[in-house]
Amino acid sequence: MKILVIEDEPELLEVIQQSLERQSYLVEIASTFTDALEKIISFQYDCILLDIMLPDGNGLQLLQELNQKKQLNNIIIISAKHSLEDKIAGLDGGADDYLVKPFHLAELNARVKSVLRRKFLGGNHQIELANLTLDLNERVVRINENELILNRKEFDILSYLVINKDRLVTRTALAEQVWGDHMDEADDFEFIYSQIKNLRRKLRENSCGVVIQAVYGIGYKLTAI
Amino acid sequence: MNLLSYTLRYLYATLLVVISIWAILFYFKMISEIRDSLDDGLENDKMLVIHKVAHDKATITRAGFSEHNYSISPLRQQYAQQVKDNFKDTMMYTLNERDLEPFRVLTTAFRNNGSYYQLKVVASTLEQDDLVRSLLFSLLGLYIAILISILIINRALLRKIWIPFHQLLSRLKNFKLDQDVRIEISKTNIREFEELNLTVSGLVDQSVKVYGSQKQFIENAAHELQTPLAISLNRLELLAEDDNLSQSNLESVGKVITTLQRLARLNRTLLLISKIENKQFGSAGSLSINELMKIMINEYREFAASKNVTLVFENKEVLLVVMNRDLASVLMSNLLKNAINHNIPGGTVKILITDKNISFVNTGKKVPLDPQIIFERFNKGSSSKNSTGLGLAIVKSISTFYHLDVLYFYNEQHHFKVVFRT
Repeated sequence: MKILVIEDEPELLEVIQQSLERQSYLVEIASTFTDALEKIISFQYDCILLDIMLPDGNGLQLLQELNQKKQLNNIIIISAKHSLEDKIAGLDGGADDYLVKPFHLAELNARVKSVLRRKFLGGNHQIELANLTLDLNERVVRINENELILNRKEFDILSYLVINKDRLVTRTALAEQVWGDHMDEADDFEFIYSQIKNLRRKLRENSCGVVIQAVYGIGYKLTAI
Repeated sequence: MNLLSYTLRYLYATLLVVISIWAILFYFKMISEIRDSLDDGLENDKMLVIHKVAHDKATITRAGFSEHNYSISPLRQQYAQQVKDNFKDTMMYTLNERDLEPFRVLTTAFRNNGSYYQLKVVASTLEQDDLVRSLLFSLLGLYIAILISILIINRALLRKIWIPFHQLLSRLKNFKLDQDVRIEISKTNIREFEELNLTVSGLVDQSVKVYGSQKQFIENAAHELQTPLAISLNRLELLAEDDNLSQSNLESVGKVITTLQRLARLNRTLLLISKIENKQFGSAGSLSINELMKIMINEYREFAASKNVTLVFENKEVLLVVMNRDLASVLMSNLLKNAINHNIPGGTVKILITDKNISFVNTGKKVPLDPQIIFERFNKGSSSKNSTGLGLAIVKSISTFYHLDVLYFYNEQHHFKVVFRT
């Protein structure tokens, strides 16, 4: 999988690159409009992360360029602007998703995977890991073909951890993903812990092939045994 | 005391003194003028009498004044030679008034055919107490007339003149720095007011500008901090994934991440407050608080459960408001979070919706909070290290933005009430 990251902030670019490379993607980078345009014209990418605000041009123009190449449905816009107009302009221009800076790496990972899944698996929303099968559309979990009954939040936690398998998911990222943006101000994450505890118990009782590890004081990591 | 009556008081007092002094001076001046004039008349009468006596012997023997204004009586020579013209005030009985009346008397002596005579010529003079009385009354009348005219002029004219001033004053009273509404200046022809208007509007403009740039500064600062904070956090997350890290290293990384997350949260909150105050939120729409609270309570259920707090939702009446959805969510979630956070294990949070307001009633410390300071920034009720101390400040910013009333009162439990309409 070849991914192009277009971002003018060098440090952020580096972090995104490192994170994506851990997922074993081939990552190309561009930090200027010209550089990005050159790469877009010359090469094919499976996914493009595009910062709208570039020092020498507007990312939306790159979007038009990609439109002409008919190389769409794999673009994620990353922008600091939280405005609705920007989002609409981006999505109207043919982008698949819109990610607001700053974001959690787990969130970036999930979005990239979602875009790639749409492109390559043609609407297949099933994720398999060890003896676990998740259907994201039907919201059903199966262990060895037996359905595992989870409540809404347990399902959300499990699917987010599965999408980010072998990666650290911080408690904040998890809280924001599952409980919404307002939970980040909660003064502790005790409530996440009790959900994880229930989830672990259910997975263990059904002899599931994945475990959720706590990473000290930071978050959780799901791995296949 | 307002400026008008203050000046009038001094004006009235000064006028009283000036008019009184003037009255006294006028009185003495008039008396002396009248005397001069009477004395000239008596002088003339004296000469007429002496002239008459020289031709008419009969008059010389007539005693007393009778119907005339003079009397003649013989005088011994040695006295007569010492007599000089002497003017004097005296009282004489008059028939018409049946009383003693003031007269002016000229006493003199003359010689006729070798004999010496004393001559007294009298003229009725004015009654001084009458003069004083009528003078006093006229002056009192004048004084009152002046007072009334001044009062009328002040009421009618000055009031009109001061209109721009009062307009400016009432606009200043309603002026609020954080509401970004400039002071309107009315046109005036009076130089002082023109100057005042210019000065005030200049001052206001400058204050608004400084306040705006300060707000802008906070927003920019928070904005600029966002990316470095996020990058630091991202880098630490990547570091924490490193399998070569020892357990103790991982713990240290975890602690730094926790601290940085707090910083990021604080920064995000400041940015949010700036955005609210700079009115950078999108359009408002009709919104059901009931629906919003249903979603919110679902989000917070586990959080409340982890604190052993029960949420009770009394969704009795429909509360429809016109608000930006994001801001409404932030407002409700902050109040709900506040009620859960500052609770006691086994406590409750009751959310009550009527068609006019929403109340959050929670158990907690049995001590009323000070409504004056709880909505201030960085006022932390608890020593909780994860609390930003900005939750209720956000509530205040949003309610100010939408002109809503947020009330707090204590009645065994803590009540926070957002009044959408009265």
